[in-house]
Amino acid sequence: MLKSKYAVKQISVFLENRRGRLAEVAQALLEAEINIRALFLADSSEFGILRMVVNNPEKAKAVLVSKGFAANETNVFAVEVEDKPGGFYKVVKVLADEGIDVEYTYAYAGSSERAILFFKVKEEEFDKAVGALLNKGIKLVESLEMYK
Amino acid sequence: MDLKKKDYIPKEELRRIQIERLKETVQRAYHLVPFYRKKFDEAGVKPEDIKTLEDIQKLPFTTKQDLRDNYPFGLFAVPLEQVVRIHSSSGTTGKPTVVGYTESDLKVWTEVIARTLKMADVGPKDIVHNAYGYGLFTGGLGFHYGAEAVGAAVVPASGGFTKRQLMLMKDFGATVLCSTPSFALHLFEVAKEEGYDVERDFKLRAGFFGAEPASEGLKRTVSESWGVQYVEVYGLSEIIGPGVAASCQYGSLHIFEDHFIPEVIDPETGEVLPEGEEGELVLTTITKQALPMIRYRTKDITVLHREPCKCGRTIVWMESVKGRADDMLIVNGVNVFPSQVEHVITKVEGITPNYVIVVDKKGVLDKLEVWVEVDERFLTDGVGTLERLKKKLEEELLNNLYINAKVKLVEPKTLERSMGKAKRIIDRRELNL
Repeated sequence: MLKSKYAVKQISVFLENRRGRLAEVAQALLEAEINIRALFLADSSEFGILRMVVNNPEKAKAVLVSKGFAANETNVFAVEVEDKPGGFYKVVKVLADEGIDVEYTYAYAGSSERAILFFKVKEEEFDKAVGALLNKGIKLVESLEMYK
Repeated sequence: MDLKKKDYIPKEELRRIQIERLKETVQRAYHLVPFYRKKFDEAGVKPEDIKTLEDIQKLPFTTKQDLRDNYPFGLFAVPLEQVVRIHSSSGTTGKPTVVGYTESDLKVWTEVIARTLKMADVGPKDIVHNAYGYGLFTGGLGFHYGAEAVGAAVVPASGGFTKRQLMLMKDFGATVLCSTPSFALHLFEVAKEEGYDVERDFKLRAGFFGAEPASEGLKRTVSESWGVQYVEVYGLSEIIGPGVAASCQYGSLHIFEDHFIPEVIDPETGEVLPEGEEGELVLTTITKQALPMIRYRTKDITVLHREPCKCGRTIVWMESVKGRADDMLIVNGVNVFPSQVEHVITKVEGITPNYVIVVDKKGVLDKLEVWVEVDERFLTDGVGTLERLKKKLEEELLNNLYINAKVKLVEPKTLERSMGKAKRIIDRRELNL
């Protein structure tokens, strides 16, 4: 199954807009020696949802829940593209052509010339999206790579 | 004798017992308590005027303020030598109210709690985990002696120490839980956090929940979470403590009316309302010795039913208390009971039944906020989903209660969990005047 190979467990944390709350999440993860690979904060005027890809999602979730945060896991997939103009376009074009809605996406440009894009699509369209990208020769990052 | 039989006593016999006991109580109150004598005289009523049950309406009401005015022992109808127990309210809203019991009063109390426990056939094979607070609060000791009387093994856990309580419940194999509904829910949440497999690790089959109003939704949540028969317990220390009424398997809250005579009145006019109409519950004790209460205004809003209950009990039953006349909020002219808000909240998926209502003034208008906790089990990672959840809740509140409330989603476990009664309202309006 494509999902078992490519589904990266992203941790989502519900946060009220209160001073110091982000620092508390970060501290909890530090104390548990969890490395954040990528993160993205979506917010409304009153609360936010912090989305993170970490090296050990199960542990991260357990630690956060034990500290009183509302945290859960969501499947996203990671695509590796060249860190240059058009890299992002290539990927979203495929998804658009396939009629797959992207719920959200974020990226991180690592130290190399490659960038990693994270995509969240509807759970039932996960395999379709990943399959289409693979067919077009786009490189997906296996979830195990992310947990290293 | 079989305690349960008392709940099935033929109506005529019950009336005869009630009138006899009422007459005696009125005589005692008039002759032994100067406060009652003065009140009766002012109202122009003599004990001899009470000949039928309907004559109770001639008697003046008693209020919590009367208890405070006569603090601590002014309303006692017996000398202190005959008092064997004293309980007191916390007094958070003024002077505490003090209640006393003779040996005979404690027997009555034990009996009504035993009858309460019989609503789920609690007996010698049961282990009763009693998480009501032991101390001045009537919950702990009230249940304690009632449970002993039916032969159950009582674990006097009292409040607090949630994790240890769970350990004891599991290790001792508790079959019955006695606690406030909010503490029962708190226990369940902590059990999950601690990694218990609730179904496998616990043997609870019934719970006796009271001391605070609970909506149908909260009751269902508690009952389903723990997988127990939910027995609602109603009572107040001024009357006896828990054990004034308890719900049968059909949810009817039966009042042990061979000890307490209920009436429902219009809280504004004091007029007695016909059966089936909603109003303030008024109770008269007819067996209490130390502290007879004549037409005590409970401030609890409910409805009385005399039609037979499916369970076959002949004694009158009341509906769950809709709210306390005291707790009723008036928000921009609309009456709001916290339990109504709670009911709406428990219907919407994705949030826990924990909430706080915050009322404030914005200019001349009242501003109502309802803070609810997001449940991680339902947390999706979309801001939009949560925004919709919030909006849905606001719409439900508007449709059901006709109030414009702003809903604020807060993180789990941020709202205060009380070990005793949950504090659901923060009214900031007075502070701003």
